[in-house]
Amino acid sequence: MYDKDKIIPGLIIFFFLITFPLWYNLGQAAYESPKPKLPVNVKKCIEDTEWMRANHMELLNEWRDMVVRHDMTHYVNSAGVNYEISLQKTCMKCHTSKKEFCDKCHVKVSVSPYCWDCHVAPEEVTNGQ
Amino acid sequence: MDNKRRKILKIAAATAAVSFTGLPIETFASYLPKIGKYVRSDKEKKAKQWGMVIDTRKFKTKEDFERVIKACHSIHNVPEDIPNKKQEIKWIWEEEFSHAFPDQENPFLAERYEHKDVIVLCNHCQHPPCVRVCPTKATFKREDGIVMMDFHRCIGCRYCMAACPYGSRSFNFRDPAPFVKHKNPKFPTRMRGVVEKCLFCYERLEEGKLPACVEASNGAIIFGDIFDPNSEISKVLRENYTIVRKPELGTGPCVFYII
Repeated sequence: MYDKDKIIPGLIIFFFLITFPLWYNLGQAAYESPKPKLPVNVKKCIEDTEWMRANHMELLNEWRDMVVRHDMTHYVNSAGVNYEISLQKTCMKCHTSKKEFCDKCHVKVSVSPYCWDCHVAPEEVTNGQ
Repeated sequence: MDNKRRKILKIAAATAAVSFTGLPIETFASYLPKIGKYVRSDKEKKAKQWGMVIDTRKFKTKEDFERVIKACHSIHNVPEDIPNKKQEIKWIWEEEFSHAFPDQENPFLAERYEHKDVIVLCNHCQHPPCVRVCPTKATFKREDGIVMMDFHRCIGCRYCMAACPYGSRSFNFRDPAPFVKHKNPKFPTRMRGVVEKCLFCYERLEEGKLPACVEASNGAIIFGDIFDPNSEISKVLRENYTIVRKPELGTGPCVFYII
């Protein structure tokens, strides 16, 4: 093999780099699913939990456009229950804490939705801000 | 060759058949999470064009102005006491008569008008220039005539502020949150870099209530559908001589003043 002394160290470095995530995480605590605090008194969200977990972001986007741009102020869910469309008035009525609910997953998976740049989180009110 | 043409025609026919079924596009767009339905509020107040008559004769003391302004600003989380006056945010405020109505000024104006203050706010124009210039459709005219703001969409270009001849729009040069002392948990705040203004209390109309300033004015502000001949506001407009701000610009303001 030509250039053996360059190719073999090169391959070793390449292999070292490509397996970096594997051995870097060795010995560290395994990934744990976040556990957002669920409401105590209410058992059902507006749609079922699994669906909400997967689709809440699209639903919230749709809610936003419907209520701001099309004057559709209420959402009738698949079971026929009527809800007022409002993040602050409807969602956060049951999910009483942004820190204990929203942030739990969002921080873990490093997403930062801009909802709370403007919308008032329940904490801000209880803290007297 | 023949085969190919037949295939294309078949696809075209199938596409046409689908588009003529009259089903809404959502039926085919499976990526949309449509499992519920959207409906309007049953308490909602409806109109063709909301309008307002402000009886300036009934605004006598400083307190009359402050009560109305406070009623609006406190429920809409409007920041107060921003140190730099050029950066202040106003939804409804008092303006000197000659500033509000520059076309009504004359050197021999009756004394009681010369330094009179009038209450001013967004005119919710019939032909709003701000809506024409908005590049993102963040501001638009609703079916009921309200010139609405979609704060989510505003990119802060401030074209609307340049277009509005009434100075009804304010820009958030800084994060307004620290200047909102008591946040109303039922209404959002705004962020740095968006424009805001009076929205004719669309959120209260949806609940079947009158705008906050109207409620706080003790009858000095009349609110209603100016296109409905049987509404109270139409009656007031018929019976009183009213003026609007800068009518020569053709914006069709919907806030009228009894002087």
